[in-house]
Amino acid sequence: MTKSILLVGVGGQGTILASKILTIGLMEAGYDVKMSEIHGMSQRGGSVSSQVRYGDAVYSPVIEKGQADIVVAFEKMEALRNMDYLKPEGTLVVNNEEIPSMSVIVGDEDYPDDVLDEISSHVKAKVLDATKLARDLGNEKAANIILLGTIIKSMGLDSIDWDSILEANIKAKFVELNKKALKVGMDAVA
Amino acid sequence: MKHLMTGDEAIARGAYEAGVRHASAYPGTPSTEILENLSTYDEIYAEWACNEKVAMESAIGAAIAGNRSIVSMKHVGVNVAADPLFTWAYMGVNAGNVIVTADEPGMFSSQNEQDNRNYAKAAKLAMMEPSDSQECIDMVKAAYDLGEEYDTPVMIRMTTRVCHSKSVVEFSDRKEVPVKEWQKNPAKYVCLPAISRQLRVKLADRLEKLAAYSETSPFNRVEMGDTSVGVIASGICYYYAKEVFGDKASYLKLGFTNPLPKNLIKDFCSKVDKVYILEENDPYIEEFVKIQGIACIGKDLFPSYGELTPDVIRTCVDGQNAKLIEFDKSKLINRAPTFCAGCPHRGLFYRLGKRKDIMISGDIGCYTLAAGKPYNAMDSTVCMGASFSIGHGAQRTFNAAGINRRVVTVLGDSTFFHTGINSLINTVYNKSNTINIILDNRITGMTGHQENPGTGFTAKGEPTTLIKIEDVVRAIGVKHVHVVNPNNLEEVDKALDACMGLDEPSVIITRWPCVLKKFSQADKDEFDNLFQTKNTVDQEKCIGCKACLKTGCPALSFDKAAKKVQINRAQCVGCDVCSQVCPKDAIVKED
Repeated sequence: MTKSILLVGVGGQGTILASKILTIGLMEAGYDVKMSEIHGMSQRGGSVSSQVRYGDAVYSPVIEKGQADIVVAFEKMEALRNMDYLKPEGTLVVNNEEIPSMSVIVGDEDYPDDVLDEISSHVKAKVLDATKLARDLGNEKAANIILLGTIIKSMGLDSIDWDSILEANIKAKFVELNKKALKVGMDAVA
Repeated sequence: MKHLMTGDEAIARGAYEAGVRHASAYPGTPSTEILENLSTYDEIYAEWACNEKVAMESAIGAAIAGNRSIVSMKHVGVNVAADPLFTWAYMGVNAGNVIVTADEPGMFSSQNEQDNRNYAKAAKLAMMEPSDSQECIDMVKAAYDLGEEYDTPVMIRMTTRVCHSKSVVEFSDRKEVPVKEWQKNPAKYVCLPAISRQLRVKLADRLEKLAAYSETSPFNRVEMGDTSVGVIASGICYYYAKEVFGDKASYLKLGFTNPLPKNLIKDFCSKVDKVYILEENDPYIEEFVKIQGIACIGKDLFPSYGELTPDVIRTCVDGQNAKLIEFDKSKLINRAPTFCAGCPHRGLFYRLGKRKDIMISGDIGCYTLAAGKPYNAMDSTVCMGASFSIGHGAQRTFNAAGINRRVVTVLGDSTFFHTGINSLINTVYNKSNTINIILDNRITGMTGHQENPGTGFTAKGEPTTLIKIEDVVRAIGVKHVHVVNPNNLEEVDKALDACMGLDEPSVIITRWPCVLKKFSQADKDEFDNLFQTKNTVDQEKCIGCKACLKTGCPALSFDKAAKKVQINRAQCVGCDVCSQVCPKDAIVKED
């Protein structure tokens, strides 16, 4: 049975690194894996997404709306935007981060105050403050690995040796930080 | 050992394993990473050409001289390279040559959607369409053997989802292929009319032989299952179809798609009750099938534009959408891409957008984002290098009609070297008086930082002759040339003012590096304080007038409670555009 994981956020938040680590782990665990992403330098500041699918034999690299087992949003507006990718019984993890878009900055529209309310009136979401949790660990940029931790725990992938995958794929000086970050994320949804 | 690779990485790997020694490309999403990866192999000479036509010709030259070569480009790049491409097909190869076209159904990062399978048919090239990364490796390798056996260049047609999706691949060792001997052979390589008439006959013969190969190609295969539905699909659509129909259908998966296998298709269709043709964009396979007199369902049911993802197929076949989680869509805010904090395009477009009664002829690059708010500073964008020439045509028209409207044209450094040079020559030669701006951010920005003739480095990172844009512009004959720091708004205004009244063409070069660039020593030497400072808002001086927000910097935000502007310290790089706009001098350097 193919599982589908959708990571969404804002360009520059580190969704690509998180999905890279995730897919390497899944491949080394013996799964067939496909990942699709829309990226590019001009995507800076825009909405971004990485789609990861794994199982015995994966066909499409693209997740259909209504088919994601888990959606992990690195920013809360992006959680709302992509909520309809979830299966009815799927898991939604939301990083309680608010990043204003240019239309908000120049005053064309307001960032609504009740985004989380709108989300939780439709689905049961796990909301965490990954940016703050990462700051507590000493580096705000580890928020993406905390969010990766939530995926690993939620999808029951904790038997994979993630520490050695982090060691092989992250700069040595950041490995310890990211090991801790992964654990923080896993504990947050435990 | 297994590896996870994008299609682009896999194309490069396949070329490596096939013994390729020469690669040329011009960057363009979603093809860019092919050459970036090719450049990492020591055995392969890999270069950024200044445009796709030049890249194509470089690869042709290598193949004629005896090295297996590859050239890659995005779909619109093939338009630029089409001139050599069509005649190259007549000549046939010496060593093998692969042409990769990366098409963009859905236009994620492109100005149009075009189905380049039509090019293979029109130019009479052999063509393959991989569905995943392993097929990218396998097809590239097969393309060289096939191309040398049948004496033809081979086009490989990718799409965004094949280029940028990762899937599992296995590596093989590189096969070293000796350099083929070059011999003088004008009857093959000099396309004079008398010779081309003979080559044209050979080409027809070659296509017949390739059609026979197509019938038994391992890349065209039948998977029989439930015979109530038969699906014919190529590229990523094969997997989309498998996702939707699973074992409730039979499949004819087409990987070698020019020429198409007539008998294989007829035979497959005779065994199923109903035939769906699943292909993105044009009815390329469908029309072929219909010409054979076979009934099939294609574009009458499935869309001829955009991606044909599983949900699209499902909706077409089932006639209804899946039930989705509903929510209040009015709460969504628009999040389009923006200029980065510190982007050197900001100062120029902030000032240019304030000029009255000008037409701004734009081009292809990050700077095309200036069309949007808050700048509203672009009035046309067509293709690479078009800004200068379209601006020239428009200015001529305004002048002739007695309309007092100035045309400002804008393109980037890499775009200038691509085809902007030709356009500027035309502008000068034909006595235009456009104001032409070259945004020299010292790198090819939008596609993710590739070297270009103006950066002083090759694709492999070796130092090379740095071609100075200012020297080129002056050599072309432009007398009025201004080089400005775009972060200095007064300099920008002065240069614009100086050029607006001229009866002759002028050029303004805005010279400051892309904020995301890995700076070279030369950059650090030339540009003072290169993004080394941070600005902050003096909360007492700030009157909340929001003037600074009109510069469109994502590091700025308005604190509604305090009615003051804040600067996100993590994003600010101290470019000072906002501080020059502030009427109260409230934006200052951090201590």
